[in-house]
Amino acid sequence: MRRFEMAMPGSVDECLTVLAQRGSEAKLVAGGTDLLPQMKNGVTRPGCVVDISRLSELRSIALDASGGLRLGAAVAARQIERDARLAKAFPSLVESAALVGSIQIRNLATVGGNLCNAAPSADMAPPLIALEAEAVIAGPKGRRRVPLASFFEGVRTTVLGPDELLIELVVPAPGPRSGGHYLRHTPRRELDIAVVGVASQITLSNGVCGKARISLASVAPTPVRATAAERMLEGQPLTKERVEEAAKLAVEAARPISDQRGSAEFRKHLVRVLTRRTLTTALARASA
Amino acid sequence: MPKQILSFTVNDDPVEVLVQPYMTLLDALREDVGLTGPKEGCGTGDCGACSVHLDGELVASCLVLALQARGRRVRTIEGLGTTDALHPLQDAFVRHGVAQCGFCIPGVLMAAAALLEETRRPTEEQIRYGIAGNLCRCTGYTKMVAAISEAAHQGVSR
Repeated sequence: MRRFEMAMPGSVDECLTVLAQRGSEAKLVAGGTDLLPQMKNGVTRPGCVVDISRLSELRSIALDASGGLRLGAAVAARQIERDARLAKAFPSLVESAALVGSIQIRNLATVGGNLCNAAPSADMAPPLIALEAEAVIAGPKGRRRVPLASFFEGVRTTVLGPDELLIELVVPAPGPRSGGHYLRHTPRRELDIAVVGVASQITLSNGVCGKARISLASVAPTPVRATAAERMLEGQPLTKERVEEAAKLAVEAARPISDQRGSAEFRKHLVRVLTRRTLTTALARASA
Repeated sequence: MPKQILSFTVNDDPVEVLVQPYMTLLDALREDVGLTGPKEGCGTGDCGACSVHLDGELVASCLVLALQARGRRVRTIEGLGTTDALHPLQDAFVRHGVAQCGFCIPGVLMAAAALLEETRRPTEEQIRYGIAGNLCRCTGYTKMVAAISEAAHQGVSR
């Protein structure tokens, strides 16, 4: 690795001070599982690395009385995966966390890092978007909230400025009779990158679908929502036929490229299959 | 660039070394602490040869910056057992003749030890999942699984 200095701020305010001074040449590190390989192969060459892995405000998992979640940006994937409360209320998020790399990686890799690295294939993005999470961002002018669906700007770019820091994700309570599911396709079962990932989240009310959110990964420069498919489900009974129609419609939200992991055509096929499967499981969970 | 002091606990001993901010925990362990059990295979977290326990959790030490380990507890293969008193996993690995070239073995043993701390009686599926982050280019997985299974069923947990 090229030489760099390291800053180890003791608080979010101290971190913001460092970023105000050195933001343009600084990189934040928490788990390091994306940043260190990028630094070792020369893709990223920061003059200053800022360690945020100890900031207590970024490390908590807090559920409020109504079931809403505040998830610190520096919470490790494996902590999410092991949290029994989250498994019950936010199964799609837990499923996605359990798919990030090996155990060695998941003990380091954080949810904030997965999002801020902004790979189109980031596994934790689709479930959090489908859960309507908001990103809490600290900067020199205070804090702002950005819906996670608007957080990503392109491949490896987000709305975060060089003087800003992702603090936490605020996830509203899904409410009663809700269910979610995340699935991805990979050629092998472990340690692979999603060819396509799909998260579905639904809430039933009066026997019909009250709310539906579908988010796709690895089919565009950023994670996307399949809004047309969501709309055709809402207010309707979730029959097998309607789920299949929604799955077909979800394909329209995908703008995939062809690469070594899969052709654009194959990815579109996967969107349809995984949307159908995740909706079916989300429905079963909401009905349970 | 001035070196900085890294104080941490390695295999139950307090250790203080001077490190550069751009060194990894793996570098510090091998070059400054003198523990060459953890290996650098890929350097990018793919192979697991550098696996150690950090505050009891299995991590790829090639992806941790040395200074991120300040004040924390590290266990390496050197702290798993001793030459006179092998850890039951090491004993099982010896009896099963698991090691071929041996390069991956320290990492595999740390992964297996982490697995048995969490799951006392793992199934074969759980064992394979537990060492999925460790690559053996001699492809000696069958004997690893047998040895880990045997050690587990002799009631290992530490």
